[in-house]
Amino acid sequence: MPENDAGGARTIFTDTGIRRALMRIAHEILERNEDPTNLYLVAIPNGGVPLARQLAANLREIASSEPEVGVLDTTLYRDDLATRSERPALRETVMPAEVDDRIVVLVDDVVKTGRTIRAAMDALMDFGRPRAVQLVGLVDRGHRELPIKIDFVGKNLPTSPGEHVRLLGATGGADGPLEIVVLPEGQSLESARQGGSEAKARTMLGGAA
Amino acid sequence: MIGNDLLGIEDLEREDIQRILDTAVHMAEVSEREVKKVPTLRGRTIVNLFFESSTRTRASFEIAGKRLSADVVNFSPATSSLKKAESILDTARTLDAMDPDCVVVRHAVAGVPKRIAEVLDAPVVNAGDGAHEHPTQALLDLFTVQQEKGRLDGLSIAIVGDILHSRVARSNIYGFTKMGAEVRVAAPPPMIPPSIESLGVKASSSLREALDGADVVMALRIQSERLAGSYIPSIREYANTFGIDRAKLAYAKDDAIVMHPGPVNRGVELSHDLTDDRPSVILDQVRNGVAVRMAVLYLLTGRRPRAVAAPDEGGLVT
Repeated sequence: MPENDAGGARTIFTDTGIRRALMRIAHEILERNEDPTNLYLVAIPNGGVPLARQLAANLREIASSEPEVGVLDTTLYRDDLATRSERPALRETVMPAEVDDRIVVLVDDVVKTGRTIRAAMDALMDFGRPRAVQLVGLVDRGHRELPIKIDFVGKNLPTSPGEHVRLLGATGGADGPLEIVVLPEGQSLESARQGGSEAKARTMLGGAA
Repeated sequence: MIGNDLLGIEDLEREDIQRILDTAVHMAEVSEREVKKVPTLRGRTIVNLFFESSTRTRASFEIAGKRLSADVVNFSPATSSLKKAESILDTARTLDAMDPDCVVVRHAVAGVPKRIAEVLDAPVVNAGDGAHEHPTQALLDLFTVQQEKGRLDGLSIAIVGDILHSRVARSNIYGFTKMGAEVRVAAPPPMIPPSIESLGVKASSSLREALDGADVVMALRIQSERLAGSYIPSIREYANTFGIDRAKLAYAKDDAIVMHPGPVNRGVELSHDLTDDRPSVILDQVRNGVAVRMAVLYLLTGRRPRAVAAPDEGGLVT
């Protein structure tokens, strides 16, 4: 795999690789669920969103039935809010269809501890009662802290817990190239990109204690 | 203390305001769900400490707290108009001993929320103090304008009415000017504080001048019982000169919106039809008040100091 230039970010999944994995996963989803019209893809932002859109397009291509795509922010359901001194920024939630009796396929880019998935399932249940919930994880890092299993995996990636694994291209336009990169311990995507300059001074509400 | 409380818009940076407004966008979405509740502040206690009576603001904070799953307790000490500072602080200390995670304070005297914040461990949110500030009202006004106009920067805001006694006006002047809008105020001269232009606003005793080209017309409530005869000759004369109706609204831009912090004295600050119909957005302001207060409570409530957040490093967790 090519080394990314900036600050030691290492690409481990290229755009081509990701798109192949998403095509395979689309086939696997159809293999497992006979009625494609009952599928409802629910993306966990930000990384899950472009992946879910691509999966929906793949499903339309294969089964000539494109499932709805929802976006479900898990921040307000996180289990670490009580112990953090800073409040994470909220992200968009858009659920265009009813959840009741649907086969909901949660889509996330990187699954590690499983805590985000737990939060997503709790959030989902507040929207209704799906017939089943399945999970797509483009990258499975291991290090699970909850009994959560990925139904459709793009790639297993053994990493050390301190490393960061990020999907790039996730926040831009829908059709931009995607890649998964690994950042060394203690390095954020911003610092890798900006050559280590940390974000601006903390503001009042942003920087407690 | 700074950073833990919301005492006034004057203390906030533009980025802080933007962060609250961005958070409120997502809180508004929660309020549109069938289950209008998220578990975010489960197990947290929010105390509404209202020394001055208020139905609307208190209900708004109460709903906001409950939508975030906090337990909300309303505490309204008997309100004789002049309480000694000690007894207020005693009340605050008593409350503090019950370990609230956030205290929302309203008081008729400016500065009381700040004094209470100095003795409490919990974050304090000012829900209106005298003629000083009413920060969450300004935030919901900013949010509503942002929603209607898609921006704040470069807009012209006309605030009409009793600027002198209005905490809503002060907080909005700070808020809108920090966000890059231009603010004009219009009122009978006795209701314009002499130093108001030092806040970066243009004051005028001509409604027409203040409304000329305005994107937003905000009318303030006239406390009729208190003011008639001293600050203004009569309510009727005030209504004739400064009350907004469709004819006077024509001075403003064609797509100008009309706001009011409520409750409206119909036929005084606003004509009947303007109170109920577009372009007034009064009920949107009320709805957005819940979202903005959810955002404030989310950002302030129950954040733990770092020492407690890392239990391995010390014996602070008991």
